[in-house]
Amino acid sequence: MIRLIQLSKKYGDFTAVDGIDLDVPQGELFGFLGPNGAGKTTTLRIIAGILRPTSGTVQIGGIDVSQDPIAAKMKLGFIPDRPFIYEKLTGAEFLRFVAGLYDQEGPTIEHRARELMALFDLEEWRDELVESYSHGMRQKLIISSAFVHRPEVIVVDEPMVGLDPKAARILKDLFREYTRRGHTIMMSTHTLEVAESLCDRIAIIQTGRIRAEGTMAELRQHAAGGGGGLEDIFLKLTGENAARELVDVLDA
Amino acid sequence: MRDQETVKLQGAAAIRHTPATALLAPGERPDPSLLHVLWPKYLTARARSLTDERGRGARFAILGVFGFLFWAFIFGVLYRLLAYFRGVQEIGQLLAGKLLGLILIGFFSILLLSNVITALSSFFLAKDLDLLVSGPVDWLKVYGAKLLETIVHSSWMVVLMAVPMFAAYGIAYEGGFWFPLVAIAVMVPLLVIPGVIGSAVTLILVNVFPARRTRDILSVIAVLTAGGIVLLFRIVRPERLARPEGFRSLVDFVTVLRTPTSPLLPSEWAQHATMSWLQFKLDYLPFYLLWSTAAAAVVLGALLHRSLYLKGFSKAQESAERWARSGLMHRASMSLLRPLGILRRELVLKEIRLFFRDTTQWSQLILLAVLVIVYVFNIKYLTLGAEGVTMFLRNIVPFLNLVLAGFVLASIAARFIFPAVSLEGRTLWLLRSSPMSMRDLLWAKFWVGTLPLMLLAVGIVGVTNYMLDVSVFIFSVSLLTIVFMTFAVAGLAIGFGTTFPQFETENAAQIPTSFGGLLFMMSAIAVIAGVVILEARPVVTYLRGKTFGEPPDPLAMVVGFSAAGILCLAATIIPIRVALRRLENVER
Repeated sequence: MIRLIQLSKKYGDFTAVDGIDLDVPQGELFGFLGPNGAGKTTTLRIIAGILRPTSGTVQIGGIDVSQDPIAAKMKLGFIPDRPFIYEKLTGAEFLRFVAGLYDQEGPTIEHRARELMALFDLEEWRDELVESYSHGMRQKLIISSAFVHRPEVIVVDEPMVGLDPKAARILKDLFREYTRRGHTIMMSTHTLEVAESLCDRIAIIQTGRIRAEGTMAELRQHAAGGGGGLEDIFLKLTGENAARELVDVLDA
Repeated sequence: MRDQETVKLQGAAAIRHTPATALLAPGERPDPSLLHVLWPKYLTARARSLTDERGRGARFAILGVFGFLFWAFIFGVLYRLLAYFRGVQEIGQLLAGKLLGLILIGFFSILLLSNVITALSSFFLAKDLDLLVSGPVDWLKVYGAKLLETIVHSSWMVVLMAVPMFAAYGIAYEGGFWFPLVAIAVMVPLLVIPGVIGSAVTLILVNVFPARRTRDILSVIAVLTAGGIVLLFRIVRPERLARPEGFRSLVDFVTVLRTPTSPLLPSEWAQHATMSWLQFKLDYLPFYLLWSTAAAAVVLGALLHRSLYLKGFSKAQESAERWARSGLMHRASMSLLRPLGILRRELVLKEIRLFFRDTTQWSQLILLAVLVIVYVFNIKYLTLGAEGVTMFLRNIVPFLNLVLAGFVLASIAARFIFPAVSLEGRTLWLLRSSPMSMRDLLWAKFWVGTLPLMLLAVGIVGVTNYMLDVSVFIFSVSLLTIVFMTFAVAGLAIGFGTTFPQFETENAAQIPTSFGGLLFMMSAIAVIAGVVILEARPVVTYLRGKTFGEPPDPLAMVVGFSAAGILCLAATIIPIRVALRRLENVER
């Protein structure tokens, strides 16, 4: 459903994404892990059509994003890590506006918007301007907006940031149910427990390159550690020593 | 390599791991200096000035040239006026003093207003406040740093205007080598006093209303005040003062000149201080008054800050409840915009909602109303109906008046259309990741801005033409021209607004004053001038023909009007095409 072919992104001399090849089939919940500055957000924003790759191709449902961006984006919902939205629209108006961008309106959209807002405890706030929403409430509204037009693919950057435990649990269930129904989700996260418990497959990215990719069992094998959780695998692949040194430094 | 990194880390840790309290004597509390609190501001300014941005040199060069021309213009006009005053016996110096008093009271009012508005941002809404208020920073240091920040941000423009003004006074009245120091001694307290008063007013307002609501109230007050001043100035018709028959006697006039505007105003003390130096009759009292008042104001302001700031800051974190229910207006606009289709209708509705719910945007409509009133007022008092004014003149003046109407359009477009794309900055991710083309976005913004602008343009040109009783030919030409000009001005505004975006600015009112805004105004004026020049020949030929019975030249008319039309269409389409390419390449 999502295919990245030799995807690269350079900012001047700095290479943020370095020749990534990735294939996420339909109905899969795919996790994208990596340390800060590894290239996760850049990759996800390229998939969402916000950034242009320096080279390489992104396909969504077989459609090349740079060749036919409108058709590719019709299949996509994007949830960014920073919840910047129109401050002077109400929650309900914002959801209606996003549905309108996908050429959808009417009773079905109104019903979905109500359901989503109720799911995330935003019902009472539906007619209040977004400027009075908290960070977490904005994040919930953005998540709702990605689901309101029922896309085939959802790309999520750090979905759990700012969410309370209840909303985080709802989101996990929603993701599971959504992929069970044949939709595809690709998400980046720093919360390793979330990735471990939720994702069908995981890729670990560092300095713009995929260091490892596969199911949890495959990653364990790759890390040559035999056992251990995702945290151990992650640290082994991305620089366990550096983390140990930091501990030493703080204890010094 | 690995070892080097470890060493670096250990070195950094050794510094960071030293507890801050270890540097203090037992019982001593940390007390960062005012300079330390201000240090990040300096570093930010330095980093900004060192940024290697594309076209930065050209931008500075253009701004430098314009700045210099502006200074030269102010200096030239004032110097000529003062040189003339010097030659007038008795009342010359009084006039010079009165003029200085007027300028300084103008400065003082502007400073007061801009300090009230700036203080709200710097004292209550700035992003560094969480850090300062939660840190072990003494309240007096916070006050000092924020007061200084407020004064600098709200006064730099006045200072820039004061330089050529004082230079003109100093040179015209031979102020001598020390005059710049006198000017500084006068200006510093004149900047500090409104800074303290403005901050105090804001502090009190924030303690009464939530900060975000206070910002709305202040925006409206600021715009109303500015509009009121312009309107008042125009309605008193100062040009009548130039008529000698307006004065009953010279003695009355001199008496009026000798009376100070208000002896309690700091601007009046500043005027006396400056003039006393220039007249070689140095009076120390106004200097004492200025400096002691400034010092007392800072002390009183600090005391007020100590007792009210934390309460106000806490209140400033609360947001006002703002509800907006879909009502009759929503249903009406939905059915009115239905033919546009879902996507375009939602885009237009969003634009309208954002505009009318943002006080910093809709309040500018007040300025627009003032601009239109002043425009119509000026036309009303044009004495073209007087005896001796020919039909030729009565028609050519309204034609040339298109330049003024075009300028009004450009100013309005700078306020309302130019910022349209910049205001999408933080939400561009949503539009870029949606299946909407950037072309749709730009054209939606173009039409949302153009249609009201065109209604206004046709309205003011139609009304003023009617008032001037022009011929049908000029009526039609000016209406068609203003329609085409509206397209051109709106196209340029979208084009320059997208090519030079201000994505990080939250206040729409600040966007037109950017470098891109300046370039837009210059281009718009060039196009307006171009259109009028191209149409001048056919219009003059026609009017001359009518006046002197000569047949009009059809070729000149076709060529002139067609060229003007092509220029307008090019100014509409080309900037939007350039903007489209720019927007498609924006990576945010």
